[in-house]
Amino acid sequence: MAVRRRPQRGHRFTESPLLQLALQGWRSRSVALLLMGAFLLLVGRSFYLQVINNDFLQEKGDSRYRRDIEVSASRGKIVDRNGDMLAVSTPMKSIWAIPGDARTMSAAQKQQLAKLLDMSVRELDGKIASEKTFTFVKRQLPPETADRIAALKLPGVHQELEYRRYYPTGDMTAHIVGFTGVDDKGLEGVELAFQQSLLGHPGSRTVIRDRRGNIVEDVGATKPPQDGKDVRLALDSKIQYLAYSNLKAAVEANNAKAGGAIVIDTRSGEILALVNWPTYNPNNRHGLSGAQLRNRALTDTFEPGSVMKPFTAALALDKGKVRFDTIINCAPGHLTIGSATISDAHPHGALTVAQVIQKSSNVGTAKIALGFPPKEMWEMFDSIGFGQAPNLGFPGEVNGRLRPWKNWKPIEQATMSYGHGIAVSLVQLARAYTVFARDGDLMPLSLTRLDDTPVRGINVFSPQTVREVRAMLEMAVQPEGTAPKARVPGYRVGGKTGTAYKVEGGVYARKYVASFVGLAPISEPRLVVAVMIDEPTNGAHYGGDVAGPAFSQIMSGALRTMGIPPDAPVQVAGAGPAKETL
Amino acid sequence: MVRFNMILLLVVVICALGVVTSQHRARKLFQDLEGEQERARQLDVEYGQLQLEMSTWATHPRIEQIARDRLHMVSPDARPAAAPVVAKPAVKKGRP
Repeated sequence: MAVRRRPQRGHRFTESPLLQLALQGWRSRSVALLLMGAFLLLVGRSFYLQVINNDFLQEKGDSRYRRDIEVSASRGKIVDRNGDMLAVSTPMKSIWAIPGDARTMSAAQKQQLAKLLDMSVRELDGKIASEKTFTFVKRQLPPETADRIAALKLPGVHQELEYRRYYPTGDMTAHIVGFTGVDDKGLEGVELAFQQSLLGHPGSRTVIRDRRGNIVEDVGATKPPQDGKDVRLALDSKIQYLAYSNLKAAVEANNAKAGGAIVIDTRSGEILALVNWPTYNPNNRHGLSGAQLRNRALTDTFEPGSVMKPFTAALALDKGKVRFDTIINCAPGHLTIGSATISDAHPHGALTVAQVIQKSSNVGTAKIALGFPPKEMWEMFDSIGFGQAPNLGFPGEVNGRLRPWKNWKPIEQATMSYGHGIAVSLVQLARAYTVFARDGDLMPLSLTRLDDTPVRGINVFSPQTVREVRAMLEMAVQPEGTAPKARVPGYRVGGKTGTAYKVEGGVYARKYVASFVGLAPISEPRLVVAVMIDEPTNGAHYGGDVAGPAFSQIMSGALRTMGIPPDAPVQVAGAGPAKETL
Repeated sequence: MVRFNMILLLVVVICALGVVTSQHRARKLFQDLEGEQERARQLDVEYGQLQLEMSTWATHPRIEQIARDRLHMVSPDARPAAAPVVAKPAVKKGRP
């Protein structure tokens, strides 16, 4: 009941004439309008912010939390044929400073920094005294040290990621691998030759960072970094080491100026080892001399001397001018052509063609050479790669010197037959010998490992010729030959010595280049080894005595490393002749 | 009608909060991922350094020096030993 009565007891304001407010209608309307206006203002403002001024604000916002970061890519590794590291990049930190800010460091801070950087405070002061806005304080610090510097939170001191190249094999492979500059640019050797594929391409990404600097989101397009490709060389670091240590020993034993050695796999034309002496440590390149940097085997030419004789003999055999047992009269040990005289180191009497090679008779070779026209000889030299760069893609490879045949004089043709008046590099020489290792094919050489890609050579001589020349080369390392010291126990080897006078200022000086180029095993040649020793001055200067022993050491080590079975007839000491047991 | 609108409003609010939480969770997860990727990079770098260290320890001159000086090893005699001869008669005897 009470509920029902309440409205009756209460005032009905609107009905009471006393309480009737005489409000004009415009007041409520204006309030509504005011509110509406305020609302419109808000809409307008938001329209202004969201649509008209959007780009500017977005940009401001982005600049506060959006960052473009570079993702670094590393340079490819260089490995040998078995995957052993020859050159590898590892991250390093560089410390740089804004000198103006860095000068505000306290003395204690400077002390700490200088200690970590392993430099004196004065040195550090010198670095940050410059008026520039950027200066490197120290480059390529180990990351641990850089982290400790970062922990100091020094004003104006910043760091940057860099890569440093290390060469674990050091001076052993310095010439072939080469080195890079501080900014990852190849400067020498394979590092330069394969710069394009070794180089990494840094990527980039756009991210949102939060207040603490953490990356919270990837926005926009990301470009993944592309690491440089690894380069797998044909080099076998074991054989390389054998060649290196034996060449070094030979150069030192003969008190020579320099030397070079090359090992080639005749099946594929891969360069298994290439060394030069003197060499350098690519990890520490302070105070390098040009002589150390020179990759002699590829970039230096020399007059090869007698190592050329087998080619002359092969041409004569191939053209049917002589047989291996044709007698050539080499008495009395010298031969006069025009006004010049050719002489032998040791006078010989009548020799067969095979013996001419075995005993390395200049007179005999010259007589054989004069039997054919200059053009034929030039064509032969040209076809085995003399006078043209070996096309390895290696920086600085040379063509050598092979003059056009049209202006050859007979004496020149004669001297060229035994390797004077023609200049070749060691790598050309080694390559030319691949014709004797295979059935007369000249192999293209390769610095990189070829995985079972069949390599086709260019045929130069007939297989029969090559077999006969191989027999002659084998005779040269017999006790009656010029290089008994080049023999390899257990294997049949063959090769040719070279002892050439050096040309200095256009005339022949009493300085020598001793060389030996050979192949083994003769029954099925697998390796060609070329050794060159420049200016031996320790008494001996003949190729057989100077380069022969080094050849023997390198060849025997390389044959064993490659697991090539011995092909020499087995002689069991003290057991009498070997018998077939039934 | 009002009640329906209220329910819709509530749904909208819940959805909005859901968006916020999932965004937050996504960012957390992304940070974790980022951290792991960084760790992977670190490990990669360390692997490279270890490889480098290994190849430095395993350089041929060092191996040769240790083999010769400390272990007193010598290069094998290159003369062919009688090794391959041994197996032949045994094989022949084995056949009937």
